[in-house]
Amino acid sequence: MAGPMKMRATLGSGYTDVRVLMTHPMTTAQSNQPLHFIQNITVKQNGKAVVEAQISQAISRNPVFTFRIKGGAKGDKIEVSWLDNKGETSSIEAAVA
Amino acid sequence: MRGLFFLLLALPLCAAAQDAKKEIEKYQQMLGEGSPAELWELEGEALWKKPQGPKNVSFEKCDLGLGAGKVAGAYARLPRYFKDTDKVQDLESRLLTCMTDLQGRSLKDATARLFGNADRPSEMEYLVSYVVGQSRGHKMAAPVSHPKERASYELGKKVFFYRAGSWDFSCASCHGEADKRIRMQDLPVLSDPAGAQKAYTTWPAYRVSNSQLKTMQWRINDCYRQMRFPEPEFASEATIALTHYLAVTAKGAPYRGPGTKR
Amino acid sequence: MNNLRRNLVAAAALLLLKPFAALAAAWNKDAFGAKTPQDALKGIGAGNPAASTDLVIEAPQIAENGAVVPIEISSAIAGTTAIAVIIEKNPFPLAAQFDFQNGALPYVKLNVKMNETSDVRAVAIAGGRQYTATKEIKVTIGGCGG
Repeated sequence: MAGPMKMRATLGSGYTDVRVLMTHPMTTAQSNQPLHFIQNITVKQNGKAVVEAQISQAISRNPVFTFRIKGGAKGDKIEVSWLDNKGETSSIEAAVA
Repeated sequence: MRGLFFLLLALPLCAAAQDAKKEIEKYQQMLGEGSPAELWELEGEALWKKPQGPKNVSFEKCDLGLGAGKVAGAYARLPRYFKDTDKVQDLESRLLTCMTDLQGRSLKDATARLFGNADRPSEMEYLVSYVVGQSRGHKMAAPVSHPKERASYELGKKVFFYRAGSWDFSCASCHGEADKRIRMQDLPVLSDPAGAQKAYTTWPAYRVSNSQLKTMQWRINDCYRQMRFPEPEFASEATIALTHYLAVTAKGAPYRGPGTKR
Repeated sequence: MNNLRRNLVAAAALLLLKPFAALAAAWNKDAFGAKTPQDALKGIGAGNPAASTDLVIEAPQIAENGAVVPIEISSAIAGTTAIAVIIEKNPFPLAAQFDFQNGALPYVKLNVKMNETSDVRAVAIAGGRQYTATKEIKVTIGGCGG
C-alpha cells in the first residue's frame, strides 16, 4: 500500500503553483533491492491532463515536485496521480487555495 | 612585495571558501522548500488522533505542558517540569508518558521500536513530527523557573562540556569553537545563543542521507556514537538535561518546524 | 469526416478509455535505459539540440548529498511542450521527461540523484525543435553531522 502523499495548490501571480510530495522508495539498480520506482505522473486541472511526466530511478526517494499551470482560480480541482514499475498507483486531489 | 603576493594568492582561496559556503546554503534552502518532512507531520497527525492501547484513547488528552490536548506552541516550551511525573521532560519522554499513563500501554511496548528506518518509520518519529510542526513560528521558550528546571539546565551545561569515552570528547570538542567544520559541514557553536538558535530550531529534521525524519533523541544518540561514548538510554536524565541546555541557549528564536538536512 | 463517422470514432475512443492504473502508461524504456548522454538524447528525439540561454537551470553549485539534489528548470522558449533532464555522469543519464499541455507552464522543480559531480543537462522541445542548457553541480562527501 502506498505511503502518504501531500499536495498543495496555490495561486501565484498569473499561475497556479502545484507542489506535491510522494512517499516512494525509488530504489535504483545499484541497491540490492529489486527495482521499485515511479514511472509515470499525471497532473490534472479540473479533470484535464496538464502535465504528463515519465520519471526514473534517478529521481530521489520520497519525490517532491513543483509544477505551474497558467492562470487558474481558487477552487480549481487539481489531481496528481502516479504509477510505478510494479503497477502500484496512488493519487491525491486538492482544491486551489 | 612578498606580503602583497601572498595576500593576492590568499584572496581567491578565501573567495572560494565563501562561495562554497553560499552554494551550500543555497542547497539547504532549495532542499527545504518542499521537504518530505511534511509527510511525517501528516502521518503524525493521524496517529495523534488514533485511539490506542488497553484504554483505547488517543493522544488528544495528552498534556505536553500547556494543558491536556493543547499542541500549538507546546514544543517551543519544552523541556519543562511536569507535576504528574515530578521531573523535567522533553517531548519524546512526555510522549512515552502519554503512551503508558494515558493509553495504558506497557513501557516495553511503547519503547519497542523508537528509532525507525527509511522503509518503516517509527510511531515516535511520526508523532514528534506532528507535534513540533505545531510550534512552527513560536519562539523557543524552554522554562527555567522551577528548581528542577534550573537543575536540569545546569546538568545539561555540565554534560555539554563533559569529556569522556575512548576519544576523550565532549560536545564542546566539535561544537565549542568558532569556525570549525567537518568536511563540508560547518559546526555551529552550540554553547553560544547564535549557534544554538540556528541549530536547535531546525531539529528534528528529515535527513536526506537516511531518507527519514530523525528526532532530537536520535541526534544526541548519534552524536554520542560518533564521539565513541556508550549508548545513552532513550530519554535519559542526561539527554533531557542536554536538550534543556540547548533549548534554553536557543531562547527567543522562532522555531522553523521540522528541518531538512543532508 | 461526416457526423456519423465522427460519432463512431468518439464512441470507440470512449470505449478505449481505462482508469489510469489499468493503462500501461507510456514509458520510454530505451531512452531511460541509455547508458550515454548522447544515446539518451537520441532516445528522446533530441540528438542535436541547439544551446539556448532561454532555458534556465536554477540549482546549487554544490550538493551536500548526491542522493537529493534540488533543481529548478524553466523555459522561456515560445511553444515549449516538453522538458527533459539528463545527468551526464549518471549510469543511466536520462532522469525524467515532462510533457506540458492545456496551459501547464514549461517549468518544473524536482530532486534528482547524482552519482558524482556532473553536468546537469536540460532539454526543451518547442515547435518541433530541440534546445539545451547545462549546469555543473559538484557533489561532495558530507561530514558526520547535520
